[in-house]
Amino acid sequence: MAITQENTVRARAVRKRFPMGEGYLEALKGIDLEVKRGEYISIMGPSGSGKTTLFNMIGGLDKPSDGTVYIDEVDIAQLDAYELAWLRCRKIGYIFQTFNLIPVMTALENVTLPMIFAGLSNDEAITKGRGLLETVGLGDRWQHKPTELSGGQQQRVAIARSFANDPSIILADEPTANLDLKTGHDIIELLRVLNKERGVTIISNTHDPSMLNVSDRIIWIRDGRVERVEARADIDISVGTIGGDTLGGVGGGEIHGGAAGRHAMDRLAGNSSEKK
Amino acid sequence: MEDKVDHELAMKRLREEMHTSGVATPFATALKIAFQSLRIRFWRSIITIAGVFFAIAFLVSVLNSAIIEQFVTPVEEGGVRGFGIGYIFFLLAAEPRQAWLITMSLVVCVIGIANAMLMSVTERYKEIGTMKCLGALDIFVVELFLLESGFQGLVGSFAGALVGTVLVLLSSLISHGFAVFSVAPWGQVFLNIILGALVGVLLTLLGASFPAYRASQMPPADAMRTEV
Repeated sequence: MAITQENTVRARAVRKRFPMGEGYLEALKGIDLEVKRGEYISIMGPSGSGKTTLFNMIGGLDKPSDGTVYIDEVDIAQLDAYELAWLRCRKIGYIFQTFNLIPVMTALENVTLPMIFAGLSNDEAITKGRGLLETVGLGDRWQHKPTELSGGQQQRVAIARSFANDPSIILADEPTANLDLKTGHDIIELLRVLNKERGVTIISNTHDPSMLNVSDRIIWIRDGRVERVEARADIDISVGTIGGDTLGGVGGGEIHGGAAGRHAMDRLAGNSSEKK
Repeated sequence: MEDKVDHELAMKRLREEMHTSGVATPFATALKIAFQSLRIRFWRSIITIAGVFFAIAFLVSVLNSAIIEQFVTPVEEGGVRGFGIGYIFFLLAAEPRQAWLITMSLVVCVIGIANAMLMSVTERYKEIGTMKCLGALDIFVVELFLLESGFQGLVGSFAGALVGTVLVLLSSLISHGFAVFSVAPWGQVFLNIILGALVGVLLTLLGASFPAYRASQMPPADAMRTEV
């Protein structure tokens, strides 16, 4: 029962194959992952390592070819279309690299759309939506369309939208990749504050090193496998060396070798729980 | 670790929670989004509407000119007569060449409408995927596109049916004089207009419903990945 309380997201031996030419491309080769309630997790890895595929699996946006994803210990493969929509509507908030605001709607309408799906009345949704836009610092821009907002502002709207139905999990897929450094920092800071204040679990894909400083744990993905997991205590030491190495060495995937990484997760997860 | 009972309990709890709070398919919101989309893509919608407009104007003008001609100049024994779509079948038997031309023109129009609808759905896969991430039900996505295309179909085919009829009336006015207005079978002319508009709306809905349904069934990840 302790597991039910602690882990909000759990992946067991998740594999994903995409048909490619005559054969298959295996984007995920058996991912094991445990995320505790209220944690801020960064998933790091070079591009092409399977981060976005993993994001889609965890978020119930795509089905794994093999293995299981549990959200609050519910196997999401067993949910039907309606139940998945319910889960996406109320339990999970999504933030995307390309912001993905609905272009024909204003900032406020974008933020209130999930609330309308959740059955809130128009007035309730507007009050709550204005409040959320206030929180992300866009209180006075609510009537603007996405095209009238800068990239950073659009991402703020997207963050406000992801919090619309008070989800317990926020999934962010490279939220700072399309933003300049300063704006990216602001977005990360905003996510961290919301994570602290609201106790929401944040799982973020990134290859932005400045995300490391705010994360509770960092999961390094390489070549479709978990290479290693680092707790925050280790971060200060490893940022300079390992972070630089991995970020710079996109082509160097073979040096680290993925085979050992597969069991590293369990080992490290065990270590970190001992520390606590 | 892999405690089976544990997961079943969690699932039960989640389903209980789902019972107390559902997911809505708000019609008013669908209507609002549909109209905003039409307004923002104004010229694109105009082109789609124009496609429907010309197709239906053509169909209705063929049917109405046939029915008016039948009343103005009495058809001799064995000649082509008929009303509505029936006229085309009569024509097919009597003058296959002409019927063939009319049918082909209509087929081209139908394909044009289907293509316009297909494009308007596929270019918005990303939007559909995003909406599903926000908790939109499949039916909401379908509803959205049917509203949008239904409105385009309605405007295009009604305008087309009216304009087609007016043109036919003008042309028979020129060739036969004002006598046309006293002999014209107004009831049947009116029914042809309704028939044409109905055919137009049905074709647009049909053209939009297949791609919209397919898009709504896609996993959101696939919909957002698709680049058109």
